[in-house]
Amino acid sequence: MNNSANALSKESMSKVTNVVVAGLGGQGVLKGTDILAEAVVRAGFDVKKSEIKGMSQRGGSVTGDVRFGKQVFSPMVTSGEADFLLVFEPSQVEPNRHFLRPEGVMITPDVVDAERLPSKKTLNVALLGALSAHLPVPESLWLETLKSGFDESFFEANKQAFQIGRATQSNSVR
Amino acid sequence: MKDQNRQLLSGDEAIALAARHAGVALGTGYPGTPSTEILEVFSKLGGVAQWSPNEKVAMEVAIGAAFAGARALCTMKHVGLNVAADPLFTASYTGVTGALVIVSADDPGMASSQNEQDNRRYAVAAGLPMLEPSDSQEAYDFTLQAIEISERWQIPVLLRVTTRVCHSYTVVQSRSDSTPAPEASFARDIRSRVMIPAYARPAHRRLRKKLAEIQAWNETSKLNPVIAGSPMLGIVASGISVMHAREVAPEASLLKLSLTHPLPLKQIEQFAKSVQRCVVIEEGDPYLVDAIRAAGVRVEGKAEMYRFGELDVARVKRILNYDLTAETSPPPGKPPQLCDGCQYRVVFEALRKRDCIVAGDIGCYTLGVLQPFEAIDSCVCMGASLGVGLGLRHVLPPDQARRVVSVIGDSTFMHTGINGLVEMVYNPPATGHVLIILDNSTTAMTGHQEHPGTGRKLNHEPTNKVTLESVARGIGVERVFVVEPRLGSVEFERALDESLASGELSVIIARRPCILIAKELKRYEQQCECPK
Ligand SMILES: Cc1ncc(C[n+]2csc(CCOP(=O)(O)OP(=O)(O)O)c2C)c(N)n1
Ligand code: SF4
Repeated sequence: MNNSANALSKESMSKVTNVVVAGLGGQGVLKGTDILAEAVVRAGFDVKKSEIKGMSQRGGSVTGDVRFGKQVFSPMVTSGEADFLLVFEPSQVEPNRHFLRPEGVMITPDVVDAERLPSKKTLNVALLGALSAHLPVPESLWLETLKSGFDESFFEANKQAFQIGRATQSNSVR
Repeated sequence: MKDQNRQLLSGDEAIALAARHAGVALGTGYPGTPSTEILEVFSKLGGVAQWSPNEKVAMEVAIGAAFAGARALCTMKHVGLNVAADPLFTASYTGVTGALVIVSADDPGMASSQNEQDNRRYAVAAGLPMLEPSDSQEAYDFTLQAIEISERWQIPVLLRVTTRVCHSYTVVQSRSDSTPAPEASFARDIRSRVMIPAYARPAHRRLRKKLAEIQAWNETSKLNPVIAGSPMLGIVASGISVMHAREVAPEASLLKLSLTHPLPLKQIEQFAKSVQRCVVIEEGDPYLVDAIRAAGVRVEGKAEMYRFGELDVARVKRILNYDLTAETSPPPGKPPQLCDGCQYRVVFEALRKRDCIVAGDIGCYTLGVLQPFEAIDSCVCMGASLGVGLGLRHVLPPDQARRVVSVIGDSTFMHTGINGLVEMVYNPPATGHVLIILDNSTTAMTGHQEHPGTGRKLNHEPTNKVTLESVARGIGVERVFVVEPRLGSVEFERALDESLASGELSVIIARRPCILIAKELKRYEQQCECPK
């Protein structure tokens, strides 16, 4: 039975896309996973998003998991199963690298030119933009979600940051 | 997609939404991760919600509301139920007239807690029906179900959730078909509600009878579905473990338990007999497996190593594969710390310099235990700083005893520190004692909630304010200092030195609002000053 359990779980996992977003408290990790999860819901997927809050608000490490597909069971991404790893802060690359599967894609701040961003605070949105280029969600849904997910007054800046990110070629890390 | 009723919600939000849809008249609680958002969201949705000074009081207020025939919700983290255990164990005897749903939010893995106790044991010990949702949809549905059970059997119901259910967002389809909430009205029922021994004895029998009825009902209720699968492997699971198990072994047969006390043991037995191998997958204590085995049903449990921490897909796979090899722990992330510019830094620097023996408490300030301060010597539970500090003072040799101080936050002082202060005045140590109350005008550990000392209600509207200095003086402490801890000021250190040297009982209130809410505080204050 053990073998069949493993084989079957691989197959069912393959239909689910796993994203891990990592950074430090205050960097907008949870906001980033909110937007991502909301956008994929709007695109019609089942989605689960998991986060560990609590002590994280005091500047500690924060990670958020988003899983989507036809039907998602566990809300957590298993180590070695992430299709995408978004890292907002270089120091958090190593602690989270284990999440990525061998062919997974890592997206780090150096994929966008920080100088071009409307503000430092929009880095999370820019990296979502870079991720969005890989996901089956139309741009219009992303923009809708950005509009409703933040205060209206931030929309123009967020849109600009998102599009800068979306236009980049994120590096695929093995 | 644009279905108004289909929303991505956290488990906490789903509970709040269900409570609102069910017309819950009053939500009470005390903040605690991962339960805090339930009442905050319930309030934002228009529900009446309030923070009590602690969980015991919150539970009692909710019991009162349920005695009056209303629907009441009481929320807390797992350790909060310890504080509220006294009313809990007798509310199961008295029963309720309306509905009482008690949310216990457990924290396996201790994302933000001092222990990982498994509160399913409370349902057994206190004799309460218990529901365990596995995602936000069930958090929503089971809140409504809990109200139904509570009203039907006139019994409080425990809704037991865990961090992963509280803080994971999953899709929720809400309904609008719950029965209308009854009007509150007092109907005298002395024999049910006055637990003198003569009335409590029959009340205990009534409770056992209710539980027997609920168990019989549970055997055939739709709450514990079987997901048909291979007869080779059967899995019995509840809560979030169901999700991990379905992912790991989609081919297995699965009995998903939702009403996990009293257990549908006949159904479980039947299920176990229908499969070749039957494994119980549960997080934390071996609650299900022990109960099922005690009923004479042969099932497998997990190895002891999986009692610790959360379960996840990888660990469930290991359990099913009898894997006992050591688990690799992921590289450590960056630990949390006191915010830069936090007013508490001055305090811990001063305590460290004087080599004080610090009986600490729980809050942001517990981070004073880490580098660079390492200035906290104990942290047991909320309010313990006083008792533990006094105990140390009583027995240590005088040269050490004189260095002992108790450090507590303002919210924690309101929670259970006041009792400790009464103890300090009643049984003063020979060397005196020093209590430092860190008053940052908020409950910051759990994300900035109001408490009785802030003068604002849960929704930040003004109310009566309980002032720390008048409480301390009222209890009988003569030396009460109010100082502002800030860089470049020696105010705090001076009060500390004077208190330590005096050999008497002192309370130092170190008052400076948390820097993270300076803006909000200004806004609230302006609102306060509006003409009424
Ligand atoms: C019985 C119990 N209830 C709730 C909690 C969660 N909790 C931990 S500390 C704390 C309050 C912290 O507030 P305060 O004492 O004002 O200190 P601050 O964090 O603001 O420094 C709470 C609610 C707990 N650990 N135990
Ligand atoms: S949240 Fe406020 S009280 Fe807590 S560590 Fe930060 S500044 Fe200090």
